[in-house]
Amino acid sequence: MTEYLPILLPLVWASILALAVFLYVLLGGYDLGLGVLFPLAPSHKDRDAMMNSVAPFWDGNETWLVFGGGGLLAAFPLAYSVMLPALYIPLVLMLIGLILRGVAFEFRFKSEKYRYLWDLAFAGGSILAAVMQGAAIGAFIQGFKVVDNKFAGGAFDWLTPFSAVTALAILSGYVLLSAGWLIMKGDEDLRNWAYGVARKALVVLAAFILIFSVWTPFLHPEIAARWFTPANMVMLSPVPLITAASIVALWLSLDRRLRYAPFLLGVVIFLLCYTGLAVSLFPFIIPPDITIWKAAAAPESQLFMLYGAVPLLPIILGYTTYSYYVFWQAGDEGYH
Amino acid sequence: MDALDPLLLSRIQFAFTISFHILFPSFTIGLAAWLVVLEALWLKTGNPIYMEIARHWTKIFAISFGMGVVSGVVLSYEFGTNWSEFSRLGGNVIGPLMAYEVLTAFFLEAGFLGIMLFGWNRVPRAVHFFASLMVAAGTVISAFWILAANSWMQTPAGQVMGDDGVLHVADWWQVIFNPSFPYRFSHMVAAAYLTTAFMVDGIGAWYILRDRNVPHGRIMLGMGLSLIVWLAPLQLVIGDLHGLNTREHQPAKIAALEAHWETQKQAPLILFAIPDPKAETNHYELAIPDLGSLILTHEWDGEIKGLKSFPREDRPNPIIPFFAFRIMVGIGMIMIALGAIGAVLWLRGRLYSNRLFLQAMQFAAPLGFIAVLSGWFVAEVGRQPWTVYGILRTADSVSPVPGGSVLFSLVLFVLAYGVIFGAGIYYIAKLVRAGPEATPPIEDHTEGDPSRRPMEAAGNP
Repeated sequence: MTEYLPILLPLVWASILALAVFLYVLLGGYDLGLGVLFPLAPSHKDRDAMMNSVAPFWDGNETWLVFGGGGLLAAFPLAYSVMLPALYIPLVLMLIGLILRGVAFEFRFKSEKYRYLWDLAFAGGSILAAVMQGAAIGAFIQGFKVVDNKFAGGAFDWLTPFSAVTALAILSGYVLLSAGWLIMKGDEDLRNWAYGVARKALVVLAAFILIFSVWTPFLHPEIAARWFTPANMVMLSPVPLITAASIVALWLSLDRRLRYAPFLLGVVIFLLCYTGLAVSLFPFIIPPDITIWKAAAAPESQLFMLYGAVPLLPIILGYTTYSYYVFWQAGDEGYH
Repeated sequence: MDALDPLLLSRIQFAFTISFHILFPSFTIGLAAWLVVLEALWLKTGNPIYMEIARHWTKIFAISFGMGVVSGVVLSYEFGTNWSEFSRLGGNVIGPLMAYEVLTAFFLEAGFLGIMLFGWNRVPRAVHFFASLMVAAGTVISAFWILAANSWMQTPAGQVMGDDGVLHVADWWQVIFNPSFPYRFSHMVAAAYLTTAFMVDGIGAWYILRDRNVPHGRIMLGMGLSLIVWLAPLQLVIGDLHGLNTREHQPAKIAALEAHWETQKQAPLILFAIPDPKAETNHYELAIPDLGSLILTHEWDGEIKGLKSFPREDRPNPIIPFFAFRIMVGIGMIMIALGAIGAVLWLRGRLYSNRLFLQAMQFAAPLGFIAVLSGWFVAEVGRQPWTVYGILRTADSVSPVPGGSVLFSLVLFVLAYGVIFGAGIYYIAKLVRAGPEATPPIEDHTEGDPSRRPMEAAGNP
């Protein structure tokens, strides 16, 4: 068994981190999306309701991002040490955005005269964080220049037309999720508005998914080969087909004013795009040369963490679910 | 040196961002524990005053905790953005400790924070108490892991250099419970409790002096003082043991913080000096003979190594550790004295009426923060020129990023932290002025009388 550990453990940890990042994209996604929609909300009352709907959760949502970063350092230190310097500027801007929008939760309701400034901080910080996350994902897919296990590119390598597309795709995706969130959680006025927002966001997102799907195979020949060899084309065809079906279903669910379907179908769309990306990149963690096995921490380190992660992650998901359950019905608490 | 040296700028940025961050855990570790005690007292006695104090301080806790979270996220990314070589070479050791901090502490805090802050009327009292307990436990567990990581960087143990050129772990127990960990962990947790106790006491004294919220102020002052009176002296003992441990494992740090250049037996205790690293001597030195050896070795003629016994490239610059150490110890002495004076006044029944003492406690409120920062300056500057003591130099730990990028991020962090720090202090001061009597009672059901909703109290203090 022990001789298989160096092969198995990186697969296990890649799956755990993929799950963590996916959870962040969902939870952080609707959370940041609310900030993006904040200035567009119909009224002050709606802004209060939007913020209170996520106030008990934002810290927990963001913890998945911290786990993504800390977990990457722990499980794939080589990937962490290449990726973070390569993404220096977008990550710093993301952090500044997260700082501004994070403190706005506390400060906004304690302020009267300058409340508009914290509204601005919440919206601006959320938009900045979302856009930079999207750009970072794009730059990650394109890959980084690595020499001697170190990042060897420039400070602006991340800024490309492709990363601009992924930035806008993520932005529209987050808006779609947060509109879905408000359809579940908002009062009637807010819901009516959110249905309209979701419709627009869905159209924009669908367009970006199309551009993204056509563009990605041209980035690395390996990606094209994976998708377009005949056998794979058949096997992988469900990914684009179900994505297209989900987009149509989401549109119909908005027509029928369904309460939970829009958010859940948004999750399905994200999951499929995410799966498509995993199919494209596997087994590379720094395309095009560093695989998860090359970047992996020593087996004793990955194993040591696994002993904790296996029992702890279900417990974490358990009490996180409990917290969502406690605050599911809108109420008076939250910040005021 | 080039003005845009990424190494120097990264060091300044890390020092700035981590100094800013540590202020908040120093406060919230103690505050979370105190809130649990208050809530337990309320549940046990049914006396609403405990609940009023707890709910009032929960709001102050929320602001501090939020600022701790947003500034903490930055640090978890800076290990990669600015210190990627450290992460690559030490990732096998340091990474799992950080991952465990996230899994056992951050999720726990974040998962129960919502219920703690907003759940008073949503969950049964026992569940709310449990949530507060979990948040408090999370703060201490977080300290456990991050201090294990820091202590390993100070006194590395349990690791081996692998054939692949990066560090590997041979023994996790030795990595976590490395030689300086027990001392650093207890020193920091005690420091956090003292910091909180002095803040609570300072604000309690402020209420009593202004004749507002007096019953609340008395409880705050009394509870804080009953901690300070024994913990401040105990902290001196812990600090002393920590010093003995440092002398054994990081003698260059001791030489720097005492500004000793020559190795000597019967070393003096230098009270004041301007250390001069270039000339390898001190100016304007004021010293007490023999006392240095006695304090650091517990023997009259114990030998203390001087900075000159280390090659120049392995010495920390003594200026910051020397002064920071004196500030920290000086504050520790003031804390012990205030605790003792307070205890005497209390026994004589004059604690709440001695205006001079109350004023002193009011001014002493922020002392803990200054002591914590000074202590960390001693520990971190004194560890230089190493990130992992004796194994990896700071100069070899830095990321391959241009200095311009680091300058850009440093300016942004200074601006952002300046704004949120100013705002945070302002809103905390506003809450303090509003006082615990403005806290609404707990409702037994969700739909309460609108005039009793929390929004009126917290939104318009």
